[in-house]
Amino acid sequence: MAKVTYLKGKEPHPREMRLIFRNIDRKGWDPSIKKYLADGGYKDLKKAFKMKPEEITDEVKKSGLRGRGGAGFPTGVKWGFIPPNNQKPVYLICNGDESEPGTFKDRYIVHQDPHQLLEGMVISCFAVGARVAYIYLREEFPEAAWIVEEAIAEAKKAGFLGKNILGTKFDCEFHVHRGAGAYICGEETGLIESLEGKRPYPRIKPPYFPAAMGLYMCPTIVNNVETLCHVKHIIGMGGENYARIGTPRNTGTRILCVSGDVQRPGYYEIEVGKMTMGELLNDVCGGPLEGRKFKAVIPGGSSAKVLRCTDKFNVASLPETEAREIDFVEIPLDFDTLAACGSMAGSGGVIVMDDSRKMSWVLNNINEFYAHESCGQCTPCREGSTWMKKITDRLVAGKATPADLETLKSIAYQIDGRTICAFGEACAWPVESMVDKFRDELLAETSEQNEEAPHNPEQAAQQRYLSSV
Amino acid sequence: MSNSILDEQIASHQTAGSKHFTPFEITKGIEKEADRRIQHFPPDRKRSAVLPLLHIVQAEFGFISPEAIEWVAQKLEIEPIKVEEVVTFYPGLRQHAPGKFHIRVCRTLSCAMGGSYELMDKICALAGIDRTEASHQNPIAVSPCGTWSVEFAECLASCGTAPVCLVNNDFHEGISAERAAGLLAHYE
Repeated sequence: MAKVTYLKGKEPHPREMRLIFRNIDRKGWDPSIKKYLADGGYKDLKKAFKMKPEEITDEVKKSGLRGRGGAGFPTGVKWGFIPPNNQKPVYLICNGDESEPGTFKDRYIVHQDPHQLLEGMVISCFAVGARVAYIYLREEFPEAAWIVEEAIAEAKKAGFLGKNILGTKFDCEFHVHRGAGAYICGEETGLIESLEGKRPYPRIKPPYFPAAMGLYMCPTIVNNVETLCHVKHIIGMGGENYARIGTPRNTGTRILCVSGDVQRPGYYEIEVGKMTMGELLNDVCGGPLEGRKFKAVIPGGSSAKVLRCTDKFNVASLPETEAREIDFVEIPLDFDTLAACGSMAGSGGVIVMDDSRKMSWVLNNINEFYAHESCGQCTPCREGSTWMKKITDRLVAGKATPADLETLKSIAYQIDGRTICAFGEACAWPVESMVDKFRDELLAETSEQNEEAPHNPEQAAQQRYLSSV
Repeated sequence: MSNSILDEQIASHQTAGSKHFTPFEITKGIEKEADRRIQHFPPDRKRSAVLPLLHIVQAEFGFISPEAIEWVAQKLEIEPIKVEEVVTFYPGLRQHAPGKFHIRVCRTLSCAMGGSYELMDKICALAGIDRTEASHQNPIAVSPCGTWSVEFAECLASCGTAPVCLVNNDFHEGISAERAAGLLAHYE
């Protein structure tokens, strides 16, 4: 294969390992099938068609691939949940809703390298027996919808999609489906409801596991864009070889999206677990801005619990790890360690805040997002997310009381675990972690005197009246 | 009459931007495109095409009018209320005309840290937009001349190049407040 060179100023960092992002910002590259074929594209598909569908699923299981959308669930295991002896049609859905704040990896794949995604999807469809697949793209990627539709037409013309693919008698159709700006459509059952033409209210699991009861109550596999791209590479190199990349149980590469207060924000594809937080932020991203210090990091999209940069983390719960404490900069970037540190690797969106940021403002911004995006199906989430936003509104306006922090946490705990989908946790975790870890800072912005102050004009009028009689 | 209830719920009101859009009228081209989209789904699952059809309408006429809802319902053989519940749910679907150029500024964390609120203020000042009229129910503010409209969007998924915005279908990254004038000049 030709040597890959990149656009000036967009060269990958030497510590990166570009597998999925190999063609992103590549010199002389465009999303056409011509470029993709000239680069050896669709070879892995031909290889996959020589295998049995179960063998492909086995390779994916062997690879240890974990979903890149947020939950980190093993992809091969997910595929295996399709009921045996199933008689209904099977659907594959590519989740390109990419809506977790801090995450911006799928954007580049769908805009610059759509054929990689399509190849991964045809292989996945063949493995799970899906004859129709939908690519659910967020509405805010209008350009991507045209690019992917064009790519589908090209792939059909070249015989990689449509009827009797490459003479194998396997038929498969892809359709692009655009969302309309709702975060909840990134949740797989919400996405399915949206695709059925309804309000995207998530379904309760159990019983509605998509692999058994998904789109039109048929078995449905929902995978993230990046995850489906990995499938192509797993077939290309073999599951066992793929599993050698990264670390045990945290295999392969993953794309980390760094934003916020660092010298060089951007996307970096690394071997999972082979880089620490300190290496990522200081070496790869160039450290904090001039004269600043890192204060807090949200490691996996805005719903992940915030980490304080001065903390020590006990990772004793990890298997094969001796009880020990590690510094923030020593945290390896994998699924399990971040979970042991009390947060999550989530969707790979790393948001960095330095000492110029007020955490009350940060939390209020996050709360506004979740209050806006709650679908409204479950009462704790619909009401609670708005209450939390109202309290942090007061906090940033200097009108909060010390007791408000307790109220905030109590609301968060009453949402957490009491909703149909994981949105409940997504909106509760930032509040729980911010209040726990930055309590002193937030407390300093409150005042006991505010307890006496009326919260609205009606109360103020009432208080004036009562003091006058 | 079911229509009158629907009309009350979803009546589109005139905005300064209305003059830039043609009234709702189904052409052969739209009909054909709608039929093509409906065929992406099983014949007994036509309802799935509600978002694709609404996108066609919004792209063509700028927003989704009560007549458009009736048409989509008819096409998909469902009750208009089932279209309406979708229209009123999604932030990406509009019930009133935006400006000729609709600017969606990302307000979520990374963009806010990068100065998207300042960008929004600057755009409003330059375009003469009063954003105090915007609300949760009606998040779009249109300039008096009808050329511009603004709206805060939640995460546009380009946090590494904050602040970012969408102008109609064009994506712009790294738009600090200082670059707002250049952005508007590009479209004017």
